[in-house]
Amino acid sequence: MTAMLNVKDLRAYYGQVQALHGLNFSLDEGSLTTLLGANGAGKTTTLRAICNMVRSTGAIEFEGKPIGARSTENVVRLGIAHVPQGRGTFTTMTVEENLQLGAITRTDKKNIVADIERMYDHFPVLKQRYTQQAGTLSGGEQQMLAVARALMLRPRLMLLDEPSFGLAPLIVRDLFRILGKINREEKVTILVVEQNAQLALELADQAYVIETGRIVMSGDAKDIANNEDVRKSYLGY
Amino acid sequence: MELFANQVLAGIATGAIYACMALAVVMIYQAIDHLNFAQGEMAMFSTFVSWQLMQWGVPYWGAFVLTVAFSFAAGIAIERLLFKPLAKAPILTNVAGFIALYAIINSVAGLIWDFTIKQYPTPFGSSPFLGSQLISTHQAGMIGITVLLLVLLFIFFRFTRVGLAMRAAASLPESARLVGINTSWMIALGWGMAAAIGSIAGMMIAPVVFLEPNMMLGVLIYGFAAAVLGGLTSPFGAVVGGFLVGIFENLVGTYIPGVGNELKLPIALALIVTVLVVKPAGLFGRPIVKRV
Amino acid sequence: MSAAEEVVTEAAAVEAVPKRAMTLGYGTSLVVLAALILTPLFVKNFIIFQMTMLLIYGLAVLALNILTGGSGQFSLGQSAFYAVGAYTSAILMEHAGMNYALTLPVAGLICFGFGFLFGQPALRLSGVYLALATFALATAMPQLLKLGYFEHWTGGVQGLVVTKPDAPFGLPMSQDMWLYYFTLAITIAIYIASVNLLRSRSGRAFMAIRDNEIAASAMGVDVALYKTLAFGVSAGITGVAGGLGAIAVQFVAPDGYTITLAISLFLGMVVGGVGWLPGSIVGSAFIIFVPNIAEGISKGLSGAVFGVLLFLVIFLVPHGARQVAIIAQQLIGKLKKN
Repeated sequence: MTAMLNVKDLRAYYGQVQALHGLNFSLDEGSLTTLLGANGAGKTTTLRAICNMVRSTGAIEFEGKPIGARSTENVVRLGIAHVPQGRGTFTTMTVEENLQLGAITRTDKKNIVADIERMYDHFPVLKQRYTQQAGTLSGGEQQMLAVARALMLRPRLMLLDEPSFGLAPLIVRDLFRILGKINREEKVTILVVEQNAQLALELADQAYVIETGRIVMSGDAKDIANNEDVRKSYLGY
Repeated sequence: MELFANQVLAGIATGAIYACMALAVVMIYQAIDHLNFAQGEMAMFSTFVSWQLMQWGVPYWGAFVLTVAFSFAAGIAIERLLFKPLAKAPILTNVAGFIALYAIINSVAGLIWDFTIKQYPTPFGSSPFLGSQLISTHQAGMIGITVLLLVLLFIFFRFTRVGLAMRAAASLPESARLVGINTSWMIALGWGMAAAIGSIAGMMIAPVVFLEPNMMLGVLIYGFAAAVLGGLTSPFGAVVGGFLVGIFENLVGTYIPGVGNELKLPIALALIVTVLVVKPAGLFGRPIVKRV
Repeated sequence: MSAAEEVVTEAAAVEAVPKRAMTLGYGTSLVVLAALILTPLFVKNFIIFQMTMLLIYGLAVLALNILTGGSGQFSLGQSAFYAVGAYTSAILMEHAGMNYALTLPVAGLICFGFGFLFGQPALRLSGVYLALATFALATAMPQLLKLGYFEHWTGGVQGLVVTKPDAPFGLPMSQDMWLYYFTLAITIAIYIASVNLLRSRSGRAFMAIRDNEIAASAMGVDVALYKTLAFGVSAGITGVAGGLGAIAVQFVAPDGYTITLAISLFLGMVVGGVGWLPGSIVGSAFIIFVPNIAEGISKGLSGAVFGVLLFLVIFLVPHGARQVAIIAQQLIGKLKKN
């Protein structure tokens, strides 16, 4: 397998504060990778740096092309969808308008309608609510909407920032099941940042562990799940 | 009673001016989240451009179209040149920028076209409308244009992709960038559209208040008031607010004794503030729930 | 009305300025003070008069800074408070024969009350809505002053002429110079009081409201009280400035206190740096001198020149004089290290 995303020596800064201290990692095409770490380890910053939403240095290559100098919207236009922390729902717009916004950069108008239907198949709850203002949805429904909106881009790579945050365990299971399906059936490469390490490791093929802005461990998700340190720190047994 | 009805009608006629301006105000507020104090001056300048074109022999509607196009381009240019560099500056610094822009446009227009009052033509004629002395065909035409603009804006925002992208960029810029929208250009586009709508407002207003560099001063204040009254998030509210302000103003002048022209403005503003105290987001605005 | 209410975590309209960053260091303060005390000894009376106005507008800008930079409320109505202060002093001096110095605390108190009362309805408004309400106040004020009912006291459109006081105790200085030192003493007293106010419990309450109103109320800050209090304090200081202004200009008239004055004071605050009290004097200098400079460069285009100069300032230093001070501080810090 070839690496779809290659990150070398990524350093990111918030003002004077350095949040990432030279990250190196890569994502294989078609893989589902998880990035684990405690609060403040730099997980969110890593995702934001890929989309150029924080000041960063280092080399980021997507499908062989350097993307470090591109603005956020131009990174997205390459087919990198980012589901941000807090979901970024357009609360005053309807569910359907949110989905249309996901496809706003696409020019194949005919397929967009079909894709919206496909999203309703993945997430039936959205179909029931498609004329409702997105702000009236529950947290779980908004997360579904955020994932669906990202998929409307027909992304090659999808970045998810703590999709389980604030959701009931059953809903999280459901969401992760759908993510797995999307990864397998639609061949979307996925990088998911999680604090719910157990679930993330069950789902993922690859895993990275990040601590205070540095990657401290990487490998097959199964091996990581069996690693004693990881078990103690992140899985709690 | 007849006096009352007549005054309301006259109020609607003047209100159309404010409605037109309020629409431009709401437009820019949607795009950039500030009230642009220079909006009126931009409209005034555009109106002078159309006047100049007519002086050079361009027919009315030709001048109209050219002016709208010019204003659209000029609005974008102003944003790119002067306000894009201030995008990261504090809000109050941007407001100072609007004041500076106001001073520049007013002064330049005064130098080019001087401060004497000029007649400005109307395409609708100025005979009484449907036999009423209080509302002329021009004012009726102005109301028609305002309503038409409102409908066009509604269609634009509701049914076009660019309209959808603009709404997204205005409500949540970061999320908008994450779906691939170039929010910076959306702001420029908002400026362009606001300037174009403002130019239409100016060309409609000029036959009523006459053309001169300070013609928009009072209009803009009432336009702001109308936009705020109607709710800054709602173009429909802005138009209704415009008519209400016009009616307010006329009734205050008629029924409250001792109110000369001087006190009309403060009293109208005081009434609006009273409404705002009761309904802080305006009559048709979306209430905003703040979170920690 | 829509079913969904928009929920936003609103970015504070006014940036958070830490308390310490609101003032100057001791060394710098002393240098500035020395300059303010010594300069009048070497310049002409007209320049002394201009320096007096510099201090007076400086006070008015400082007052707005306490309101906006301190408590996060925005006002375009400062000219109204300034007018009330000016008229209070003028009427008391000319009709009641009161000593000029005694009229100032009265002007301050009346304006404090006025501002406090105005702050009550303003409580429900914020941002552009508050701007509009205060704007309404500013446009109404000159018209109210012209009203026939008050003409006996206010002099109507004509206004009132105010007598300029002589230096007391037979001090050998001109009226202008005396008034300058008198104004300087009051300015320093109010400046020190303001700095202390912002460092006090009340100041912390103001800033908590500025940074996050809901969080502040959750911590037990009486938001309504402190917001109106900020209005009152700001109006009170503006009133004192207005009273001093009436004495210095020797004249009050309704058209001296239009919305243009309120806008000038606002520009002064932005140029000086929102929330940075020492910047008030820089902002004041900007609004007094730059229009004159613009007039000097081009009579016909003075408005445009003023606008361009204003743009230059906000392009170079979007955070106003405060930014200059910070840069200077960093430079000095570097020099000291070397």
